[in-house]
Amino acid sequence: MTTDKSASTGGIIMVVGGGISGLTTAIESAEVGYEVLLVEKEPSLGGRVSQLKQYFPKLCPPTCGLEINYRRIKDNPKIKVFTMAEVEEVDGSPGDYTVKIKITPRYVNEKCTACGECEKVCESEISNDYNLGMDKRKAAYLPNNIAFPSRYVMSSSMLEDDKNKVKEACKFDAIDFDMQEKSLEFKVGAIVWATGWTPYDARKISNLGFGMYQNIITNMMLERLAAPNGPTKGEILRPSDSKAPDTIAFAQCAGSRDENHLSYCSYICCMASLKHATYLRGQYPNAKIYIYYIDIRASGRKYENFYKKLKQDENIFFIKGKVAEVSEEESTGNINLVAEDTISGEKVRQNVDMLVLATGMQPNASLDKPNADLQFNSDGFIVNDFKEGGMFAAGCANKPADVITSNQNATGMALKAIQTLVGR
Amino acid sequence: MDKKYGVYICTGCGIGDVLDMEDLVEVPDEEGINCTTHPFLCGEEGVKLIQKDVDDDKVNAIVIGACSRRVNFDVFDFKGCVIERVNLREGVVWPHSRETYPKLEEDQKDDEEHFDPIQMKAEDYIKMGMIKVEKINIPEPYKTESFSKKILVLGGGITGISAAIDASKAGFEVTIVEKQDKLGGYLTNMRSQMPVSEPFEDIIPTIIDEKIQELENYSNITIKTNTEVARIAGQPGEFTVTFKKPGERIPWDVPFPLPEEMLVDEKGNELNAEDQHAKYLEYNKGKNDILSLDPDGELYGAVILAAGWRLSKLEGEEFAHLGIDLPDVITNDEFEKIAGNGKIIRPSDGKEAKNVVFVQSPGKDEDDADFDYCGAVTSGVALKHAKYVREDYKDGKAYIIYQHMRTPGLQENFYKSIQQDNGIFLTKGAVTSVTQQGDSLIVDANNTLLGDNLNIKADMVVLANGMVPVTVDDPVINLAYRQGPGFRDNDIFGGYADSNYICFPYETQRTGLYAAGAIRRSMTIEESIEDATGAALKAIQCIESVNRGVAVHPRSGDMTFPDFFFQRCTQCKRCTVECPFGALDDDEKGTPKVNPARCRRCGTCLGACPERIISFADYSIDSIGSQIKAVGVPSEDDYDEPPYRILALVCENDAYPALDMVGMNRVDYSPDVRVIPIRCLGSLNTIWIKDALAQGMDGVIVIGCKKGDDYQCHFVKGSELAEIRVQKIGDALSSLALEEERVRFEEIAIDEYDKLPLLLTSFVEEVEALGPNPFKGF
Repeated sequence: MTTDKSASTGGIIMVVGGGISGLTTAIESAEVGYEVLLVEKEPSLGGRVSQLKQYFPKLCPPTCGLEINYRRIKDNPKIKVFTMAEVEEVDGSPGDYTVKIKITPRYVNEKCTACGECEKVCESEISNDYNLGMDKRKAAYLPNNIAFPSRYVMSSSMLEDDKNKVKEACKFDAIDFDMQEKSLEFKVGAIVWATGWTPYDARKISNLGFGMYQNIITNMMLERLAAPNGPTKGEILRPSDSKAPDTIAFAQCAGSRDENHLSYCSYICCMASLKHATYLRGQYPNAKIYIYYIDIRASGRKYENFYKKLKQDENIFFIKGKVAEVSEEESTGNINLVAEDTISGEKVRQNVDMLVLATGMQPNASLDKPNADLQFNSDGFIVNDFKEGGMFAAGCANKPADVITSNQNATGMALKAIQTLVGR
Repeated sequence: MDKKYGVYICTGCGIGDVLDMEDLVEVPDEEGINCTTHPFLCGEEGVKLIQKDVDDDKVNAIVIGACSRRVNFDVFDFKGCVIERVNLREGVVWPHSRETYPKLEEDQKDDEEHFDPIQMKAEDYIKMGMIKVEKINIPEPYKTESFSKKILVLGGGITGISAAIDASKAGFEVTIVEKQDKLGGYLTNMRSQMPVSEPFEDIIPTIIDEKIQELENYSNITIKTNTEVARIAGQPGEFTVTFKKPGERIPWDVPFPLPEEMLVDEKGNELNAEDQHAKYLEYNKGKNDILSLDPDGELYGAVILAAGWRLSKLEGEEFAHLGIDLPDVITNDEFEKIAGNGKIIRPSDGKEAKNVVFVQSPGKDEDDADFDYCGAVTSGVALKHAKYVREDYKDGKAYIIYQHMRTPGLQENFYKSIQQDNGIFLTKGAVTSVTQQGDSLIVDANNTLLGDNLNIKADMVVLANGMVPVTVDDPVINLAYRQGPGFRDNDIFGGYADSNYICFPYETQRTGLYAAGAIRRSMTIEESIEDATGAALKAIQCIESVNRGVAVHPRSGDMTFPDFFFQRCTQCKRCTVECPFGALDDDEKGTPKVNPARCRRCGTCLGACPERIISFADYSIDSIGSQIKAVGVPSEDDYDEPPYRILALVCENDAYPALDMVGMNRVDYSPDVRVIPIRCLGSLNTIWIKDALAQGMDGVIVIGCKKGDDYQCHFVKGSELAEIRVQKIGDALSSLALEEERVRFEEIAIDEYDKLPLLLTSFVEEVEALGPNPFKGF
């Protein structure tokens, strides 16, 4: 005997950010039976994880979970997705918010079939953000292989000549350069901020030479280099001469646990570097990998086991010490690094083919503060006030966390949002 | 339903350029089915065209030959209709280019020498789509006989209490069951706790009293202390739960399956079903069978498992160097209790313990791991305990010797604040020995940050013992399920009741039961509280989904469920045994009883059944089998050198999207392959492979996701089961004088789309090397 047909839907939940946390909050709420508006500022959902080749410690592709999540959205009419959309203003109180969102023109309408004819004829190129600027892409592009929505984007920097060409190439009249920025207003009962994080700008860590020496890259760049849809089609080659690296060093806590940069621990970088060591090992059976760390934060059984496995690799060296200085060997482009081995107390000098900076996460809310009545901690993470309710932060908007923890948190925030609606 | 068929083919996105539309339209025409083409079917006009036919009652069984079903899902959505999306774009015209497979010249058509493999594939796909809509039906939701929205929480510690409050706040009735005579769990033993909120700097009084107090605000929470669960029977939405006093033995205690050693006779031969059943009854004497429901049981919709953890036992050679038998070498747990009673004193003589050494890792120089089951919790606990020493004694000194200080994320603030205390010494190091010397303990450590080896004289030594999930010892949930009372495969997770999915942390192999807190992973109080909220959401969501008669993750919203044609059941029990979710219970004869609300709709039962009596409204042996039979298999009667025909049965969650990506990237692979997506490889029934070969197809490739301990299967065992089935089919093939190599199992992760073209093309080549299937043309 089924008693009633649907959950009591006392209002609408808005989720800001369509990365893994926002997707989780949105889908989990909608599957209880609530109406959800999912607002994403990029042209596709997926966020930071869509740039990752694999997750630690399972070494499984994030695409796998995204595919299931996208399917859950497709099967659920209660979720409305807005891409290229940003929250401009929030007014009101728990249970009764008015939210203004701004939609940046995509210059492509819903008629787009993602056939790709525009991309074929477009000659203008733009820096490819998906690959962190390591290569270029056409100014008419599909954000990635499983982009959701599956719809092209026309960059506003496309040359006039190309604009005409792409319009002509589109058989479906889907391209519209007259599209204007749009403002929309919604009444919602609760808002979950899942605005995520940005890799800490490595240029700011002046002693680590990023931006000065080509063969110093960041961990996120390595992620893209290792991905089959990355700038090198998955081959990890060092930038200066596309050479396969024989010796690679990782500098952990590049910016994190450092009062001059990010005072907190970024949670993921230790495990990420261990994962990156597996990428390198997969391609270079004999490469030597040096990991300079303060503590290896392999928290919990699964992570400890992963670390244990890597310790068995004779060519992965763990050195407790912080990289302090770097310079470039001009003739080779190799990196000379100096670190203090905190155990022996001696200075370690090393010449490596490539240095990877394990940069941490900076909350996007600290870079682009939401225009809403929220509390922030001194690092810019959004502090949850469960007593007040109404608005909550999920995932890395709230604290540095790995994907598992983010999703745990994001699932919980779906309930907090629902409580706000039920309680009224 | 009285089906009225219609086929709609889009000619846009290159479909019309690559394919001969006149020939393609003839396929439905020949069957007397109306076929309409449109240059932009997903556009407003195209959709209206179909909608009009639906509104005019002309069609309700629709085949749409256009793009992949993974796109335009919202566009081609016609209520009340059976719809099949035939993937002509990503599946046919995009991955098979005219540069590689040129169109036929007029004089080449029908010359018995030339053929157009791309056109052939498209025509087959349309035929397959047509037969599929004939074979599938619109599902109706499953309704449970009884229904409860109540939530049962197992465990009255901080996690259980938090979950109960969170569910209650959303309007749900909750019962908390606690074994002990009072709520609060471990926190009631604690003096102080680590911070749970900004600024994460100082230790705070435990929040447990406040939480217990808060419970009183919720009239919809019932508390049963001094109680445990004897059994949970039934299914989500209508679990019948029997409670009992801890330790009591009652007829409603859940029966356990026979241990493996009892399934065989003295010679090691497997007992027959009857003997097994007799032994099972003997083994569980005095307990009611799982299928009988306790008339006095209470009805619940879903369960949250928050039964927590117990202490790890530190014994044996591994810890001998740490002086574990010395009276003043204690665990962090013992230290907490001592501190909870007042000033910190030594167990041996009650003397003030002012110099305390905290040891985080037991492995000397050889191993830098923490104690088992520590997670990142014990680092923080040691910092807190060091603070206790300083609280109690102005001249107290605490030494924490660690290999890795694990205070991830914002817990780093707590670590930093502790570092400010000049009576707390923190160093990396390997503790090599703890010995008694007179009144004191001597701790030796090397490889420390201070450069030298350390030799500390201490009053007390505290070992950072881990938190073992109680599921290591006991199933706890006591499910009256034929597969057994606990979660399956917890051994992969070291006994934790955890999920294997990074993206889906609450998914277990038991629908409607969601674990939270330290039973899932060693967690701090802060993490446990947060985790409880998530588990409460999942419990609520499961109840609402059952209420609507739909599946939960990963086929959320699916209304289909397995339907059995019992007259032909041979009681082989394969479905009961292989179901990853324990959705099937069988009676004493072995006839399965389906519990649709436990079911996740993967179809593993359908794949397992040798009698082929299990089906779903829109997915059955026949719906797939008929598509296979619809594939045209040209023989020498048709062409001098007929093309080969390869069937690919692929997982719709990973391999199928990967194939779409191959199409999107316009990479060629052999057009001789006919792809059929299946729900999960667990639903692979070998009859499909046999049928394909019997009708003359030359080879069959089965593509699933990655298996093993780090399995990626959303239904746990799909690939593993499929591989076993494919291996077993080898014998059947050799009896037909067919080579085993004609059937292949492959694993592909969704991001390995770049490997698929070569994989498929090389399989086709290998089959070609074997020569054509001798059954071709019969």
